[in-house]
This record gives sequence, C-alpha cells and structure tokens, in this order.
Amino acid sequence: MALSTADVARLAELARIDLSPHDLERLAPQLDVILDAVASVSEVAGADVPPTSHALPLTNVFRADLVRPSLPAEAVLGGAPAVEDERFRVPRILGEEQ
Amino acid sequence: MSHAILTATASDLGRRIAARELTAVEVARAFLDQIERTNAEVNSFLHVDTEGALAQAAAVDARLDAGEALGPLAGVPVAVKDLFCQEGVPTTASSRILEGWRPPYSSTIVQRLLDAGLVLLGKTNLDEFAMGSSTETSAFGPTHNPWDLTRVPGGSGGGSAAALAAFQAPLAIGTDTGGSIRQPASVTGTVGVKPTYGAASRYGVIAMASSLDQPGPCARTVLDAALLHEVMCGHDPMDSTSIDAPVPPVVDAARSGDISGLRVGVVKELGGEGYEPGVEQRFREALALLEGAGAEIVEVSCPNFAYGLGAYYLIMPSEVSSNLARYDGMRYGLRVGDDGVRGTEEVMATTRAVGFGDEVKRRIILGTYALSSGYYDAFYGSAQKVRTLISRDFDAAFEQADVLVSPSTPFTAFGIGEKLSDPLAMYKSDLCTIPTNMAGNTAGSFPCGLSPDDGLPVGVQVMAPPLADDRVYRFGAALERLYAERDGGLLTDRIAERWTQEA
Repeated sequence: MALSTADVARLAELARIDLSPHDLERLAPQLDVILDAVASVSEVAGADVPPTSHALPLTNVFRADLVRPSLPAEAVLGGAPAVEDERFRVPRILGEEQ
Repeated sequence: MSHAILTATASDLGRRIAARELTAVEVARAFLDQIERTNAEVNSFLHVDTEGALAQAAAVDARLDAGEALGPLAGVPVAVKDLFCQEGVPTTASSRILEGWRPPYSSTIVQRLLDAGLVLLGKTNLDEFAMGSSTETSAFGPTHNPWDLTRVPGGSGGGSAAALAAFQAPLAIGTDTGGSIRQPASVTGTVGVKPTYGAASRYGVIAMASSLDQPGPCARTVLDAALLHEVMCGHDPMDSTSIDAPVPPVVDAARSGDISGLRVGVVKELGGEGYEPGVEQRFREALALLEGAGAEIVEVSCPNFAYGLGAYYLIMPSEVSSNLARYDGMRYGLRVGDDGVRGTEEVMATTRAVGFGDEVKRRIILGTYALSSGYYDAFYGSAQKVRTLISRDFDAAFEQADVLVSPSTPFTAFGIGEKLSDPLAMYKSDLCTIPTNMAGNTAGSFPCGLSPDDGLPVGVQVMAPPLADDRVYRFGAALERLYAERDGGLLTDRIAERWTQEA
C-alpha cells in the first residue's frame, strides 16, 4: 500500500493544504508506516459483521421548529478575518480558468 | 494559608466556601497566584482569565452571603482545556489557525460549570486540536510534567493534568477521543474519567472525531472527579448524540468505594510485550490490594482489542479530515495570502499550510485517503465493523466481570522530544484506552504508585459498561482508600511541597 509523493500531493490538494516538495518527502514515508499498521483491520471485518457508530441505539432526534433568537451579527462577524458592509469579505471565488 | 488552599481537595474547598470559612475570591486568588508563580516552568495554561475568574468568584460570594444555597462546588476553581468554547475568552485548540479567536458563545459544559458556581481560571494547553499523546504538538510549546519537567505530561489533555499535579487548580476538564483524559491522568498521578459516550455534551467543544470525542472530569481525588462529573453530565438537546437518561449515582459510588464481591476482569491482551516491567508490577500490586479488599479477580480475553489501534487510526483521521474542513479562512480564524489576486481555494490551501502543524496535516491527509472513492469500504467501513467486534468482546467480558482493568498506558511519562519523530511509537500510548472509545462505554484512570523503573506515576484503568459510570468511581474510590491506608495519602501529596513551598 505504498503512497508515493505524487499520491500525497494529490491528497493534499484535495484536502486544501499547500505542501512543499520538502513536506511531501517527509510526510509520504510517515503515512506509509501508519497505513501498514492499520491494514490488519480489513482482515477481521467480514461481510457478516454490521458496522457500529454509537454505543447506544439512538435514532434521529427531533425538536420543534421554532424561531429562536440568533447571535447578534456583530458577535458573528467579530472573529472574521475580513468584513465589509456587515458581511464576511472573502477572496474571489472564480479562478482564471473558469 | 495559601499553601493549605492549594493542597485542599475540591470537595473540602466547596464545603468551606459554603460554610463561609473561606471566600471564593481568596481561593481564586491563591490559585491565580500559584499559576503566575509556576506557569513559566509547566506551561499548562495558555490563557489565564484573572479578571473573569475574580468576577465569577465575587458573584458566588455575594450569592452565598445573601443566604442562597448553591451546589457543592460553588466557588471552587476549575481549569478548562482550550478545546471548550467560552464566550469572549480566547479559545485556540492549541492551533495557530485559531490564535486570537474569541468564541461568540459558550459550550454547554462551560455554561454548566458557570451555572454551578465554579470559577473558571483559564484555558489549558493540549496537543493541537487534541491530536497527540504528549501535548508536544501544541503550537504554543509543550507542557512539562510536574513530576519531572524534562518529561511529557501525556496528551492531549496534558495541560489540564499538569495543572492538577502542580496544584494550579483543584479541578480541570478534558476531552477523551482515544485516551486524552486517562493517559495524562496516568502519567501525572491524577484522576481522569471518560464518561459513557453521550453522557457529557459536545456542543461548543471543538470537534476532532465526533463519534469518539467525549468530555470528562479531571481531579486529584475520586470524589472531586465525581462531583465534577455530576455538574458536567446530563442531557443536552443541543447535542444530537446526548443521552436522555439520568446521570448514574457517581457521587454516592465515590463516597462508598465498597467493592466487596465486585468481579474485576483483567484483560489478558492488555499487557506483556511493549509494557514496561515497572508498570506491570504496580498494576499487579493494585490487583492484589483489591483482592485483599474483597474483590474477585478473574481473567478475561478480548481478542479483537488487538485491532483497536488500527481501526482507530482509520476512523479518527476520517472524521478529522471532515471536521477540520471548516477551517477555511473565511468566517473566523487565520487567513493567509488574501492579496486580491489569489482565489478562495488558493487562500484556503495557504492558510491551512501555515495554520496547521505536522500532526494535524498527517491526520487530515490520512483521512482524506481513507475516505476517498474506492477505499471507503476497505478503510472506514472495515473500521466501523471492528467497532462492533470490540463491543462484542466487551459484552462477553462483562458477562464474566462487573468491571475490566488494565494499565492505563503501557509506559510512564517519556522524555520531551523522545517520540515526536516516530508517530507510530507515540500512537501506542493509547493502546489500552482506545477500545473504550471505540465501544463508547466508560473508563477511568486512577493512580497506583510510582514505577520502580523511573520513579514516575503509574495508572490503573478501569472500564465499565455504557451508563455504568458509577462502577468506575466505586472502583476508583476503593483503590484510593487502599493506597491511602498503605501509603498515608494521595500520590500527588509527594510533590505538594515542591510545588507549594513558596506559596
């Protein structure tokens, strides 16, 4: 299950993390060791075993659809990296290629 | 006077504050002074909220002076792991990506602490986004173990555990995804409990792996942990996985500590190769003490625990990669490279490269891989099946025993820097604690002496079925009493003088 630096570069791109060639060379072998160690998991997971995600059998939780006060806009915008006209200001969303 | 406040138990402080023998303000001042005196050495606190703490303490004093009856921990200080949102107080998850962020709301747990009259001293250090077993992946420097400053205090909740061991706080709160409450408790000689999954609300707790994360209490005594457990736990409609059932009688269990006839199952697979001899020796001595007090010791086998670590390192990174997608540099936190030319995707990738540390990047990429098309069934799907197998092992074992036990961690506190370049060696710190997170049941770590190998604390872990959190406390209280009878006090008493002599 060897991961090449090209594989890691592709994954980093999907995860939106800009990694340098130096980072890639350091991370790829570390990830490989970890993946080797976790590979045993598929050995025991037979088709007859159901998956578990929670210790207690919980089903969907519902609540009444009532209007409740929200946080004031200034509190929400207070932590924003950039604000303009009482809104979040973001970098442009369309790249050159679009 | 100050010395006596610092070394008192939380239950004792609460009683004396309620009786007006002490004021909440003088207690808060004693701990704030202690933090100021010692934090440069320990680095357990990332932020000390002096003003907020003193205001909360003064409000408790005013209510008590007016004759109001408050809970048993009213006026008692508590340290908060910096993963819990507290309105207006810096909350970083020990990451550069959240540096300087002040949440616009409080987590349910923080609100419950405030409602119960606890005094919130500040935010404690952790591994970045709780990813680590040593508090070394914190962007703000490692925390040092008060037993030996060259050693780690465990992780991720090393800051909370070290704050207790250095007498900077009588209580602390943590979160446990794979052992982040229990392993730090073990290596600092303190008490830490992971409640049943869903017992304590995750609302407002910065998420790591949502199907595993669980807040819980940290303390120096079992009763103190139980009192804090009772404040923290209970149904919260804001958390869809919250259990809608009464909190088990943990305080009664901690006061009783009666284990006569309790069937204690030793998990055969959690020992042997990779476990330090000193850890195994102290663990066996704990079993002998328990047997002498009327517990029945049996051996149980949980063969699928061997797959726990592997399954954990698929499920956790998968959930991490999804949860941490929210750090996109748009609505809060760090933004880097927004020069008017670069687009959102490029700014996001640059921000995340600068804002996240190595371990966080490793886990996000691992999770991205495990969840990618074509691999999902082999990785995440298989790992969820292993959870079922681990739960079945627990079910079978709990037919033979009321509680299960193991060492809390295979080795005592290791040196700072020792395992940082070998992720897999670091991950093995959580070998004994992970199965409980995978099954969602409850477990705690309690001190059982110092290892003859290196003189550092060893912890015994006790695991109980879902919703049987009281059994963890009953067991812990029995153990605490047995060691107090044998050694004349708590393990942390042995470093009390070193940390409070100047107070």
